Amino acid sequence: MNNKKAFFKGFRDGIPIGLGYFAVAFSLGIMAKKCTLIPIQGFIGSLFTRASAGEYGVYTMVLQDASYLSVVIMSLVTNLRYLLMSTALSQKFSPETPLIKRILVGCCVTDEIFGISIAYPGYLAPAYTFGATAIAAPLWALGTMFGIIAGSVLPVKAVSALSVALYGMFLAIIIPPSKKDKAVGVAVICSFLLSYLCRNLDLLKSLNLSSGTITIILTLLISSAAAVIRPVLTNTDEMDS
Amino acid sequence: MTHSTWIYILLMILTTNIIRVIPITLIRKQIKNHFIQSFLYYVPYVTLAVMTFPAITEATSSPVAGYAALGLGIIAAWAGLGLFPVSVICCVAVFILEMLPI
Repeated sequence: MNNKKAFFKGFRDGIPIGLGYFAVAFSLGIMAKKCTLIPIQGFIGSLFTRASAGEYGVYTMVLQDASYLSVVIMSLVTNLRYLLMSTALSQKFSPETPLIKRILVGCCVTDEIFGISIAYPGYLAPAYTFGATAIAAPLWALGTMFGIIAGSVLPVKAVSALSVALYGMFLAIIIPPSKKDKAVGVAVICSFLLSYLCRNLDLLKSLNLSSGTITIILTLLISSAAAVIRPVLTNTDEMDS
Repeated sequence: MTHSTWIYILLMILTTNIIRVIPITLIRKQIKNHFIQSFLYYVPYVTLAVMTFPAITEATSSPVAGYAALGLGIIAAWAGLGLFPVSVICCVAVFILEMLPI
């Protein structure tokens, strides 16, 4: 697939992500307004950060007039999962990929963009990731900005249905491989169950873990268990084809 | 002492992107370790599954609409539909169900 084709494929796959982003960012914007942010700050912050939990954490610190150091720590902790995702993506490049493209793909990483990039067949075409980001990032930024402008005037319900676009897309990524590889299917079912328990068991609820933290802990736990119980033969053979 | 909102935002942007870039630029070779290879094979599916459920049931105004979107989405994806059609099916299901006076 050439670059242009990969870019447009990414752009198309980025549309449902962008719609979901818009809805989530809109509620982030409503909250950012309460933290005294102005629309342009929400737009710039969101365009270049693209991290819901991280932004949420930092914006509340604006209100508290927290120290600059604590903002750095907050960004580190809430986004630690990106270290893991970036590590996984480092294995997805063809050896010829230039450094600048690796850096740019790294900057594009969000949970969702990572998800579709890692599921790309064979080596990752960086243009695919750029295409998806080209539509998803502006929608995330605009959602935040409109959220700040509209404040609590607009009913959130009007945009809430859009947020499931995101999850629909996730299902389209995880279900077909689950059908093909039973080990993946079992891992997915375990993920659903444990994730549900983390949000609903009183004991775990009392720990008050953020959804980002739950994601990273369960990913480490379940993927390790799956790797021990059902090791994969060699990844590299598949990549060559 | 009052801090500048712009500096908060700048620090957030820098920190978040540095985390994203470090592993992808430092790890240039294929990892040979068998466990890590297998682990990384499962990571994307587990991550996305954890993020999808129960979040999909909490994103909608009524959990019923969320569960319906989940069920329909799984069926559509199982039948082999792509990212975009599955997303549209989930959205439409929620739109319709939230319209109904249940």
